[in-house]
Amino acid sequence: MSNGAERMRRELMIRLVRDFKSGSLEETIDHIPLSIRPKNTKASRCCIYHDRAVLKYRLMALLGFSSEEETDELRPLKSYLQEAIAEKDKKEPKPPLSVCGTACSSCPESRYYVTPTCRGCFARPCLFSCPKGAISVENQQSRIDYTKCIKCGKCQQVCPFNAIIKTTVPCEEACPVGAIHKNENGVAEIDFDHCIFCGKCFSKCPFSAVMERSQLIPILQAIKEGREVIAMVAPSALMQFPGTVEQLFSAIHAAGFSNVMEVALGAEQTTEHEAAEFKEKMVAGQPIMTTSCCTAYVELVKRHVPEFLDKVSTTPSPMKYAGRIARKEHPDALTVFIGPCIAKRWEAANAPEVDYVMTFEELGAILAGLGIDIMKQEPWVLDHPAAPTARNYAKSCGVTEAVLTEMSGQNPEFEKMNFKLDPKSINGIDKKTAKLLKLYAMGKMPGNFLEVMSCGGGCVGGPCSLIK
Amino acid sequence: MENRKITVEICCGTACYMLGAAELLRLETIMPEDWKTCVDISAIPCLEACSNDNLGGAPFVKIDGELMSNATVESVCEKVFNILKNRGGKA
Repeated sequence: MSNGAERMRRELMIRLVRDFKSGSLEETIDHIPLSIRPKNTKASRCCIYHDRAVLKYRLMALLGFSSEEETDELRPLKSYLQEAIAEKDKKEPKPPLSVCGTACSSCPESRYYVTPTCRGCFARPCLFSCPKGAISVENQQSRIDYTKCIKCGKCQQVCPFNAIIKTTVPCEEACPVGAIHKNENGVAEIDFDHCIFCGKCFSKCPFSAVMERSQLIPILQAIKEGREVIAMVAPSALMQFPGTVEQLFSAIHAAGFSNVMEVALGAEQTTEHEAAEFKEKMVAGQPIMTTSCCTAYVELVKRHVPEFLDKVSTTPSPMKYAGRIARKEHPDALTVFIGPCIAKRWEAANAPEVDYVMTFEELGAILAGLGIDIMKQEPWVLDHPAAPTARNYAKSCGVTEAVLTEMSGQNPEFEKMNFKLDPKSINGIDKKTAKLLKLYAMGKMPGNFLEVMSCGGGCVGGPCSLIK
Repeated sequence: MENRKITVEICCGTACYMLGAAELLRLETIMPEDWKTCVDISAIPCLEACSNDNLGGAPFVKIDGELMSNATVESVCEKVFNILKNRGGKA
């Protein structure tokens, strides 16, 4: 377990599914926070009442509501559950992330801080290295004048006792595009005009105050009503669960999904179209083309580097192609994308071929909640196993390799031009690589095929993967 | 000194797996080299120890048949070490 926040999130999901299955959720849901933090137990926050309040908002997020949507604090979770079931077919693009103000700890503003381990040494390198004269020594301790400090960090680098530390606001630090900020009350707020839904704040907040809007209830309800629901499993599922992928597919089927398919089948089509589009663009004289399968990356370009948008391929993502295959074969079925990604929730909310998105964590919770043991399943028989290159999309550089394979030896036109695909990649979007992208937009970087993945290592490093 | 191997059975039911058992599977590779002849680690299907009241105790591990809750790599190693020590031989 990497941390307590992750553990609590998963525990709550499992409980929710268990009680949904037994039909008792309406009665139990308002009691879950109390049963997790009963009287006379230790609290994680200031007191059990604060813990319970946060648990309530966590459950609200699992029901598909953000804490900002709350208008009546006394409205029971039961009523949210009823609304989630009643409006399950309504599709409106709501931001998939939200900050729960009750959980946010209002972390103090990021700054350099002289700890009491400062020995007030004779050499005082901090004082000499500060370019703004912000450091003075009082009572044998260095002191920073914050009206002068520009947060360059030189004093921290030169202190021989490591006595100067930098305090941080983890969500602000993690956000590659500066879309999360503390409001006038010190509580973090996401600016959805700038947010690219990468989920880095979600992963990095130590108070787990950033929550994702789940679609578990509509999915569980559709299955309960006996509707045809197709699970489309992202290639990054490999190695995420115990047992084999074939056993995992059988387990998903046992959970009530009418059919299970590999999103890698969609990736095959993405590869084919991506290669054709690349060829076409290069012949037309475009200097560079970038991939478009990572939603967070496409949002990054749309919102922060719009001048580069015409270089992003227009080929639909593997998720969309998979949705189209599913729709064609089963026109009345609901389609559910299952992956490690938060941004896909946003892409799906705006894509007619995908009805719902579920994370690997949520899939695990459904299997755990329904008591389905993956290791006990018979292997699922795949009608058409996807190509290895398509399954490799989940790893950084996987898309590039697939396109290279697709193009090798079958493009006489290219060979005539003596043309070479010169691939480059950005493996993980952060503050630095977001800036690097601007240089690509200005045409100052080499390469003619750029693959960008928001998560380090590719989708396998996604914010909602089970194993990091 | 007993020669029987100590059995470490890691519950890989989906709940335990999600709540930490995935990491316990690393035990096989990280346990001390000289334990390998006397410890038998296996991943087993759900032990059914994780009812709603006990979910907080996941992941569960059985060591020589004895159920252990909130198992971590450290707590399992400690338990194995103690069993080896009690056998009187060199741990």
